[in-house]
Amino acid sequence: MTVNWIEILITVIKILLVQIILLTGVAYTVYTERRVSAFIQNRIGPNRVGPAGLLQPIVDVVKLLMKEDIVPNQANRFIHSLAPAISVGVALCTVAVIPFGDKIILFGREIKLQIASVNIGVLYILALVSLGVYGITLSGWSSNSKYSLLGGLRASAQMISYELSMGLSLLGIVLINGTFELDTIVLNQYGWKWNIILQPIGFITFLVAAFAETNRTPFDLPEAEQELVGGYHTEYSSMKFALFFLAEYANVIVSACIITTLYLGGWQFPYLQTFGISPMIMSILQILTFLIKAIFVVLFFIWIRWTIPRFRYDQLMSLGWKIMLPASLLNLVVTSIIVLLLKYN
Amino acid sequence: MDLSLISILFVILAVISIFSALMLITRKNPVTSALYLILNFFTVSGIYLLLKAQFIAIIQVMVYMGAIMVLFLFVIMLLNLRDEKNLTESFSFKKLTSVLLSITFFVLIGTTFYFGFSNINPSRQGVEEKTVEIGKATFLGEKLFTEFAMPVLIAGILLLVAIIGAVVLAKKKFDPVSPDKE
Amino acid sequence: MIDIQYFLILSAVLFSIGVIGVLVRRNAIVIFMCIELMLNSVNLSLITFSSFFSNYYGQIFVFFIMTVAAAEAAVGLAIIISIYRNKESINVDEINILKW
Repeated sequence: MTVNWIEILITVIKILLVQIILLTGVAYTVYTERRVSAFIQNRIGPNRVGPAGLLQPIVDVVKLLMKEDIVPNQANRFIHSLAPAISVGVALCTVAVIPFGDKIILFGREIKLQIASVNIGVLYILALVSLGVYGITLSGWSSNSKYSLLGGLRASAQMISYELSMGLSLLGIVLINGTFELDTIVLNQYGWKWNIILQPIGFITFLVAAFAETNRTPFDLPEAEQELVGGYHTEYSSMKFALFFLAEYANVIVSACIITTLYLGGWQFPYLQTFGISPMIMSILQILTFLIKAIFVVLFFIWIRWTIPRFRYDQLMSLGWKIMLPASLLNLVVTSIIVLLLKYN
Repeated sequence: MDLSLISILFVILAVISIFSALMLITRKNPVTSALYLILNFFTVSGIYLLLKAQFIAIIQVMVYMGAIMVLFLFVIMLLNLRDEKNLTESFSFKKLTSVLLSITFFVLIGTTFYFGFSNINPSRQGVEEKTVEIGKATFLGEKLFTEFAMPVLIAGILLLVAIIGAVVLAKKKFDPVSPDKE
Repeated sequence: MIDIQYFLILSAVLFSIGVIGVLVRRNAIVIFMCIELMLNSVNLSLITFSSFFSNYYGQIFVFFIMTVAAAEAAVGLAIIISIYRNKESINVDEINILKW
């Protein structure tokens, strides 16, 4: 078996680059969230450290690292430390299948701007999303506190319920494209043929499910401050607490990337090929297009969080099972009928 | 056994999976057991990848780890179980006999597998590409919805029945208007 | 490439560990998990045969085994919950009202 070391090196560089960008993105998403929430609530927000408070995330990380790490007396120590690691690991692994651009030619070598081009990309995303439940559930259980346990139970029930409609709304896209590969799905969204236009109901159900999966408002019941103190991370402190925050914001960014890839045309800039510019600039423009779209979705997430109040838990469950699930099933049935009619006409 | 990358991966995965299976049956706390079972499923899923069964590997992660084990954890947390007694404390000759019987069973099965398939070494060269093709989602999906359409429908009905059954069983006994009240 | 025996023996080891677990443990949920382990080891040997003989029936079979396992887990856990509700225990030695 011959091992192609150059290919491995390229993959490692890609992984490092993507992770660095993602982690920096997380830090500045937190900053953006604080600034935007301040703007929405007519406050000022962090503006002391650095120009316009831009160095605030770094200071925050240093502060969290310096804090004392407290583990509750009766807690299961191993699982207590394992839980944040699972949360972060799952969040960081999901970016592996997201295509950031078309093939780019660097140093005479064709490089695909995607860490792993697997032919089960959509399933990979769903599988990792379903693993994300463990971090929260285990943290809730191992803290040995009633607030944590309630938060963990709420989170696992909520995530299992919304996974269904998430998977079913993704199936519509799979039906249209006939593949699980994310790069092919993006390639098929040329021009204005974005999936948001072909699959409006699927887009809405997926978006709502993404909000529920990332535990953001209006579905942030697992950490509802007024009822549960801090929810599943009540008993966490220092860097472990920061890891949960990292996981939450990484999840937000990754969901924004997934929504962009699947519904908003990924790196496709409509009719870019007709402008007649050199392939190198075109690749850079495509990456920029992807980033800008993703940033807009992240801003949308933040905007929703500071605009809409929280659901009640029974409302959340009845929305998930009585509205979202039938809607995504209906979307699936209608899509399959249309695909069938188009195929045999 | 040559020391290729796949062999090394296989050995690592196999050792982890056997270790986690042993931990599963020896831990006192059911949550720890469940976590080791999840680790075991994960390694087995990796072995599926070595066997070029991509679709089954990802379905394993989704169904077993993403759905079934979450359900287990959920129930364990809901029941709030206490630790069991240590295995050495609850020792009995019945258990010793059952362990010995299981080991005998393993020897039986193992020798059958080892010697029964030592002569059969399917030539891997010609069929390699076909094996990769079989593991893909498109191929299996096509087979599932043509050749196995009826079993898929029956599986769907089975799942529906299971959902209804689970709801009926787990629901709190609701108090119907008792006859003596009327 | 690894020979077919090693995969099969791994599957046999996992199956036997599952059998030991079912016989030795008394917690109903752990017994249930050991049954899942046994199902999984059978899946492993089916996939092994499917891959070594390039025959897709094995993988289709595993697909259906997973469906049945999911259904079984849902119903089984519901049964365990209702037993716990009645007896406050899920030790299988204490669930003996059908024994005469």
